Amino acid sequence: MKALALLATLITGSILLYGTMDFPAWGDPQDPAAVYLSPYYIENAVRETHVPNLVTAILGDYRGYDTMFETVVIYCAGMVVVSVLRRSKNDRPENKT
Amino acid sequence: MKLLRERTEKQRLGESLIIQTSVRLMVPFVQLFGLYVIVHGHYSPGGGFQGGVILGSSFVMLALAFDQKSSLRLMSERANAILGNTGAIIFVGVGALCAICGGLFLDYSALDVLIPLGPVEWRSFGIFLVEVGVGLAVMSIMVSLFWDLGSAGKMDEGL
Repeated sequence: MKALALLATLITGSILLYGTMDFPAWGDPQDPAAVYLSPYYIENAVRETHVPNLVTAILGDYRGYDTMFETVVIYCAGMVVVSVLRRSKNDRPENKT
Repeated sequence: MKLLRERTEKQRLGESLIIQTSVRLMVPFVQLFGLYVIVHGHYSPGGGFQGGVILGSSFVMLALAFDQKSSLRLMSERANAILGNTGAIIFVGVGALCAICGGLFLDYSALDVLIPLGPVEWRSFGIFLVEVGVGLAVMSIMVSLFWDLGSAGKMDEGL
């Protein structure tokens, strides 16, 4: 079972690594994000949202969906830690005979 | 855990008048700074995540300087849970309200139907609402993570 899990992890990892080979080079000025997306944000974000801080405008408005699920992920992490670790007074080990 | 407790009791690291007084003085300012970071995210670096962490750290400071039980009197578990859930609901609720008002999900300009500020101003204000929600959720989760990890889930004196 462990060997199977390792195999699955290795295969998934190598597929993901293979996928990154199609990415544009780091900092390439001709990659689509730098050609279309960044100039659009820089030129239009302040006019469209009236937020001088571009990072906030992108994080809260253009990428609001991303930020929402970031919050949900943090929320879920907190709930999981509480549900795993929190002990009510009744089920402490020393109270169990 | 037991070893650590014995060691701290021997060195008397738990109770220190200097630390308690300085924490007592610092906490209001730390919280004010956290609120400032949240609401000033439009104009300077910052926003919900950073401000929420700063707000949460003020309660972590209280739990470290005093013991965790007495810090729970200032911020109860119940209040913490309510704040965290409110934060998450604010974010999702604002997004859903946009969809109900006839726009796309999280398209704040649709909220112009409710209070006519103008679509552009609503996009600015919608970001603010969302940041407040993020701040509350992050603060509550930070604090509850510290409480649960620091006291092994027993909510006793803790570290």
